[in-house]
Amino acid sequence: MDLFEYQGKQYFARYDIAVSAGGVALTVDEAVTQAELAKYPVVIKAQVQVGGRGKAGGIKLANNVDEVRLHAKNILGMNIKGHIVKRVWVEHASDIAEEYYASFTLDRSAKRHLLMLSAQGGVDIEHVAVVDPTAIVKLHVNPVEGLTLDAAKRAVADARIAEKAQDGVAAMLVKLYECFTKGDCDLAEINPLILKPNGEVHALDAKVTLDDNAAFRHPEWDEYRLTEELDERESLAREKNLQYIGLDGSVGIIANGAGLAMSTLDVVNQVGGKAANFLDIGGGANAELMTAALEVINSDAKVKSIFINIFGGITRGDEVAKGIVEAMKRVKLRAPIVIRLDGTNATEGRAIIAAAGLAESQLISRPTMLEAARSAVEIAGKK
Amino acid sequence: MAIFVNEKTKVLVQGLTGGQGRFHGLRNRDYGTQIVAGVTPGKAGQDVEGIKIYDTVESAVAATGATASFIAVPPKAAPAAILEAARAGIGFVVCITEGVPAQDEARVFATLQRDFPKTRLLGPNCPGIISPGKCNIGITAGEIAALPTVTGPNVGIVSRSGTLTYQALFELKQRSIGVSTCVGIGGDPVPGTSFVDCLAEFQSDPETHAIIMIGEIGGTAEEEAAEFIMTHVTKPMSAYIAGVTAPAGKKMGHAGAIVSGGKGTAQGKMDALRSAGVKVGLNPTEACELMAQITASM
Repeated sequence: MDLFEYQGKQYFARYDIAVSAGGVALTVDEAVTQAELAKYPVVIKAQVQVGGRGKAGGIKLANNVDEVRLHAKNILGMNIKGHIVKRVWVEHASDIAEEYYASFTLDRSAKRHLLMLSAQGGVDIEHVAVVDPTAIVKLHVNPVEGLTLDAAKRAVADARIAEKAQDGVAAMLVKLYECFTKGDCDLAEINPLILKPNGEVHALDAKVTLDDNAAFRHPEWDEYRLTEELDERESLAREKNLQYIGLDGSVGIIANGAGLAMSTLDVVNQVGGKAANFLDIGGGANAELMTAALEVINSDAKVKSIFINIFGGITRGDEVAKGIVEAMKRVKLRAPIVIRLDGTNATEGRAIIAAAGLAESQLISRPTMLEAARSAVEIAGKK
Repeated sequence: MAIFVNEKTKVLVQGLTGGQGRFHGLRNRDYGTQIVAGVTPGKAGQDVEGIKIYDTVESAVAATGATASFIAVPPKAAPAAILEAARAGIGFVVCITEGVPAQDEARVFATLQRDFPKTRLLGPNCPGIISPGKCNIGITAGEIAALPTVTGPNVGIVSRSGTLTYQALFELKQRSIGVSTCVGIGGDPVPGTSFVDCLAEFQSDPETHAIIMIGEIGGTAEEEAAEFIMTHVTKPMSAYIAGVTAPAGKKMGHAGAIVSGGKGTAQGKMDALRSAGVKVGLNPTEACELMAQITASM
């Protein structure tokens, strides 16, 4: 789960990482209230999970109440690369002497934590990586040993961070590592990490991605769930506990297993179609699950055909077939189903579907993944 | 032969008294796997259809000489279960648990590396391993796997995805091609066993004559495999990479399947494998057809 900047800052604050005083606002009036609390001058920042906010006009400085009203009015509701701004973060404007970059991620290849640190912050770090790779210090941290203050100090010196900022940045790295590990982040990034003229360092921005698998030990994440920007289909799928990702094609997809679901998208694409979604119903493809999956697919007006791709392993084909037939009694579908059923007890499963006496306009069965994809794409194209 | 597990492998099941452990553990026994013990703290003395339960892995190993462990416990308990097995001297641990936090996986992997280098972990979040006719640990339906033939050629399979593994087993069986071992390494960010580990084993296994590899988007494991293949693998290979059409920045069901910052794309992985001499299919069926052509010419 990706956090908004203001949530990231609140999360950082839990680990004692210095952030600017500020608050979140959903309306112009709330922005004014937050500005008064934070003290002028303030910065008003659009809360969207996409880069390039500044260039799009989503970050503005305000010196008084009139400027706050003007900017907050402009920014709220703004469309930044397809993301509508619903909230702004209002914080006291910081004096900036220097801007740095710091992040922790998991380096999957090395199976170690990775610190990236640069004295060139405030800009796109991937750009720095291309034009001046030596400006980024990379330090692998053994997850069992953790990051010591000494190791952080060496990294800070290697990155040629200004002398008077070194102790502060090193101390902040240790806290950021704590946040990354104990806070179960996939990514904890500060860009820019600023040095103020008075010698203090603090996080001017926050980019945090949380590991959903760790939600069981973080009740404090519940509030972040409330602001997650899911489309209607994704919200419905979450309610029903399905692994669903909305896409913009016209072939609805249901498959068992993440790999097979991904593969189904690929095959649909290969034969000239576009998938409307990714949906993995997992192992037990019974009537309940199948009904839930079909309801979610059916809520998508763009869907013109539904491709059900099931490979029976332990899940038996006859059980899947019963599930589909039963689900079709419960849900009135807007589009026909093309099914490919293979694996354990597939023959029995196909017989059950045939015996259900469904019209060709409702359901057709194809023996292979490729043939089923072709039929589904053809139907979607015709409508 | 076969890799990692065979007819001599003695398996204990951590979590045999739970729903998943019982279901799959008993299926594995029915397949012919030597399931010698179950472990559930506080339930020593009980049994699951004749399989004795012990309180600890250590006591189960002492009583039965188990050499492998099958872990089917919830995500919260999985890290401790893996380390308990390693401490008890288990050499091969299969963990099917889905949903283990990445930070825990990283710590467990680093701990195994530092303190228990002799223990190999397969998973978490993997379907397990099957050496057809000899040993099946995990959730694979044994009946879809073709037995290896004495004369060969037999194929080794290594895959990040469960259902695509089954698909490959099924397609090979339809073409009457034998399988030496099929390893599901799992779809998580820090798998205990990598493609490279499996490729090295297959390369030195006399019963394996060719290899199918099934990868997916995210991370760089396939690229590392391609590098290894170039210098270390002489056996012919075919491959398939899932997720060509996956949108960037979204986790596609598996925690590890995510394209980020332009890295981890299916295209990049396919290119790397092709340049290592691997025949790459655009869907699982095509990868198996390519394998059928390979074995037909052997």
